[in-house]
Amino acid sequence: MKNSKDFEIHHFYQNYLESQNRVGYKPRNKTTKIDYEKIGFMSGLEVHQQLKTEKKLFCNCPAGIFQKDGQYDAELVRHMRPTLSELGEYDGTALMEFKTKKTIYYRVAHITTCTYDVDDTPPFKLNRQAFKIALEITRLLKSFVVGELHIARKQYLDGSIPTGFQRTGIMGIEGFLPIRNKKLKIIQISIEEDSCREISDIGHTRIYKTDRLGMPLVEIVTYPEMKMPNEVVETAQYIRFLTHSTGHVRTGIGSAREDVNVSVRGGARVEIKGVAKISRIADLTHNEAFRQVSLLEIRKDLLERISDLKNWKIEHKILNGHQVEKLIKEANGLLKKGHKIVVANLPMFRGILSFFNQPGRMFSDEISDRLKVIACLERPNMLHSEQWDVDLNELFDLVRKKLDAKNEDAQILFLSPLEDIATALETIEERCKMAFEDIPVPNETRKSFANGTTMFERVLPGADRMYPDTDTVPIAICQKFIDEVDKELPKGVDIRLAQFIKWKVPKDAYIYLLSKNLVPLMERIINDFNYNPKFLSTLIAHRLKHIQGQIKSASQFDFDKLYDVCGFVKKECLHREIISFMLPIVYEFPYMDPESVLREINFKKHDHEAIFSLIPILIEKFNQITNSKNPDASFRWMMKELKPMAIGNISMTELAKVIRKELINE
Amino acid sequence: MSDFFMGYKGKAQEILKKYNVRVWSEAKIDTTRGTFQGIVLPRSENDDAYHIVLKLITGYNVGIAVETIQNMVGNGYKKANYKIPEREFPVSKDKKNIKLFGTGGTIASRLDYRTGAVIPAFSPGELYGAVPELADICNLSTDKLFAVFSENMGPAQYKVLAKAIGDEIKRGIDGIVIGHGTDTMHHTAAALSFMVQNPPVPIVLVGSQRSSDRPSSDAALNLIHATKTAADSDIAEVMVCMFGSTSDEYGLLHRGTRVRKMHSSYRSAFRTIGDIPIAKVNRDEIVPLRHDYKHRRKDRDVLVTPVFEERISLIYYYPNMNPDIIESIIDMRYKGIVISGTGLGHINKPLYPAIKRAAEKGVAVYMTVQTLWGYVNMFVYDTGRDLMSIGIIPAENMLPEVAYIKLGWALGQTSDLEKVKEIMLTPICDDITEREPYNGYLVYQGGIPEVEEFIKNFHK
Repeated sequence: MKNSKDFEIHHFYQNYLESQNRVGYKPRNKTTKIDYEKIGFMSGLEVHQQLKTEKKLFCNCPAGIFQKDGQYDAELVRHMRPTLSELGEYDGTALMEFKTKKTIYYRVAHITTCTYDVDDTPPFKLNRQAFKIALEITRLLKSFVVGELHIARKQYLDGSIPTGFQRTGIMGIEGFLPIRNKKLKIIQISIEEDSCREISDIGHTRIYKTDRLGMPLVEIVTYPEMKMPNEVVETAQYIRFLTHSTGHVRTGIGSAREDVNVSVRGGARVEIKGVAKISRIADLTHNEAFRQVSLLEIRKDLLERISDLKNWKIEHKILNGHQVEKLIKEANGLLKKGHKIVVANLPMFRGILSFFNQPGRMFSDEISDRLKVIACLERPNMLHSEQWDVDLNELFDLVRKKLDAKNEDAQILFLSPLEDIATALETIEERCKMAFEDIPVPNETRKSFANGTTMFERVLPGADRMYPDTDTVPIAICQKFIDEVDKELPKGVDIRLAQFIKWKVPKDAYIYLLSKNLVPLMERIINDFNYNPKFLSTLIAHRLKHIQGQIKSASQFDFDKLYDVCGFVKKECLHREIISFMLPIVYEFPYMDPESVLREINFKKHDHEAIFSLIPILIEKFNQITNSKNPDASFRWMMKELKPMAIGNISMTELAKVIRKELINE
Repeated sequence: MSDFFMGYKGKAQEILKKYNVRVWSEAKIDTTRGTFQGIVLPRSENDDAYHIVLKLITGYNVGIAVETIQNMVGNGYKKANYKIPEREFPVSKDKKNIKLFGTGGTIASRLDYRTGAVIPAFSPGELYGAVPELADICNLSTDKLFAVFSENMGPAQYKVLAKAIGDEIKRGIDGIVIGHGTDTMHHTAAALSFMVQNPPVPIVLVGSQRSSDRPSSDAALNLIHATKTAADSDIAEVMVCMFGSTSDEYGLLHRGTRVRKMHSSYRSAFRTIGDIPIAKVNRDEIVPLRHDYKHRRKDRDVLVTPVFEERISLIYYYPNMNPDIIESIIDMRYKGIVISGTGLGHINKPLYPAIKRAAEKGVAVYMTVQTLWGYVNMFVYDTGRDLMSIGIIPAENMLPEVAYIKLGWALGQTSDLEKVKEIMLTPICDDITEREPYNGYLVYQGGIPEVEEFIKNFHK
């Protein structure tokens, strides 16, 4: 008996590994362009970027003030109900969300939220500041600007917006980004309001806070023309540089979020939602592509096994009794008060549940995800016949017997309150049936995790959820306004990149300089004080960046301080190298005047002669304290001795030259 | 032809004609700003004549400026077909029969492209498609009496409605729900309270503060609460049923003569003034908050008095009001005036001669308070006594709008001012109450720590 158990454990783990091989999954760094071509990798981006405005988009609440989870003044409750779209259809997502029967709580703080936010007052006029910034970005993307902005209602029944829809409107369509090897096309750019931040989502209760709600965003959507993960990352970076170049967008954590669309040949568009870090995109898209390949492989197996797909269905039973309870407890203590034990038989699914899905995840997780999201069964929400992490043999022998299961079947056991059982069973059957549809990859949005994997979030909504907003009137975008915006438009990212090459800026400085939009500042310093661009770029992107990691600024650091410091050093005829030493103090105390900064680092003015005059004395001293005949040793020692006095008064290169000359003369 | 260019006028219509592109066709438009493709949508009549509306493939609408258009090609025709999914409303013997009268509110609705506004859907099948929960509550039949916006409801409609209610009651209905726009719902509620007296079944007015074309609408839940009340409650009165808090939690049943809309857009805009509501209602139960309501009966002895004198006016007094206003009302042969006065029921002295003349001309003049809460009391100051002596009759704590409706109804029955006075001052369904309970006046002030604590812990 023991042997057979071991065999079972071994068997499904083996199945997982073998299926991973079949799928052709490799870590990203071992996957080549050709591999991605083979599976038909395709990806597109939707970038959401918060705009830097004083107020929210459709009301006069302040934008950019955030509340902690526990800080709120009032709470209210809503349920969302699907409504018809403009074209008279119900949306798929809408129906799914309705099925979940969630009660949505909003925690409201007076300072960030008004009655508009909670849908008790109609919208105020669209924020002009946001409108202008959105147009600016539209122009930078070289998009076709619409003649009139029409606000639409885009339904979201997850409750993330208390109205049940997001107000959004197209500013422009088409346009392009000149990324490294091609022109990447833009589908559209829209202006829209941000959603609530989720505090928790447990069972039938979801809680949101409303601070971020209603803040203005632009959404930039690209065509799905990116052929490998690195290209997606590059595009996301480019868009970040572009939006940041305006100086009118919010920066920092959560201010830009990417939805990443991925598909492979034979698969379908899947949207990975709300990725906050660009660097994570690479693994996420990589893993998603192979998840889709795995679903294609599963389909092949199922088609071979099941002849009558139409009538395939699951059978279920509700179990009770001490024996089954005892066995479940032994497995993982899943038993919950008032929950029923339900078992389901999945005909011909043996080996499918343990099929590779993503690193560390198998097909059974696809079902478990949906049980959590749609049937509101909290995890751990199920056990199944192909787990190898716990010993479930005795339990599932019993389950198989109760279900009259055949050897080629698989089984799932879940616990559920009585009222959720029907939805849970429906959910399991629905997900299994999707596995042998013509396109076995369900259109869905997925939530991302830091380790590069994703889980089901909701059914992907279609155009059916759009509805014109009857509370707002169209806003004309006239040529005069466009011309006005064009006058202040920053230089394109492609022009900046060309400038970097001309300036000999090291490559590792690009991201910092562009994402913080520091090139205009560099330009001013170079033009006004004639600084060397390369020196300036490393001063900022290496030295200052390093300091930022080490020291906490006493107040919000304003990069414009660099202009003042550079100007001061120039005016005082100091050598630029002193700035590196001044920076830690400048960063920590941005309001300190430059003279005091110099005092702080013990700088004193010396003319060159005074410094040079010390060289012979130092040579003599060196010879006294050591017998080393290594000329480099004496040189290094002397540089070290003279540096504190020399820095800012003379260039280190020049000082070195003089010392070497003196040493030779010696 | 007008169907071809729905809502388009002037330059926009000209260009559509020029390129022979009609509404609902798939169009490709070349402009100086780039090429746009989509379905040409009708344009709202109130919008300008310089843009054409396109629905892009992504589902978004955009406007194209006529002056930028260089070429346009249209083909095909794809009209959106709005239909609220209609399913036959299930009927079962053990459920109460409820009649829903429609007056034009938006219980379930779809979009009107012409105006960009929403059109109500109404048949039982449509309602069942939109709010299937109704079938668990009652057997529903509907009757669309009119399709007017709330602000256009008036005496003519009150009378039709009162008669229709009387007829339904005689036919044996178990409860009546009236879908109504919210703006003047309290006027209609007052009118029905007077015109339909002693009803044996609940008569419930309901509406929504957020139109039912949005997922967060209060329409469905309000309708559920109202039908629940009509079917299961023991309260045989005219009531308004609307959200009690902004949360999707419970509705309040307000007496038709004491209710008022107190916020232009809030979900819980309706409040009982100077008293407490009759009951709380949710999906499962009706919880009375007081026990002095009239109970449901088996008999059909309802008294319908569908009359209304329309030449009456409600005047909101303000300092420096000129007597001209009153004089013109008298000259236009109005028969009654309700004044909404300041404080305890005051107006300025220059108005006195006009008021006196009104009384002499046989115009009924009643005083109410614009503070809404509290009684008229014209004995406290001399000015009040003067006013009474020249013919103004204090209307106790009747709400101004209620006094207006009641005066129209009273004058509809008789022109004998003594009889009118008797009708006016005899309370019907608490239009005047003998006392104001301590919790009848509650306008809490935000910012006060204990109030803040309250709104944090209870859903407002």
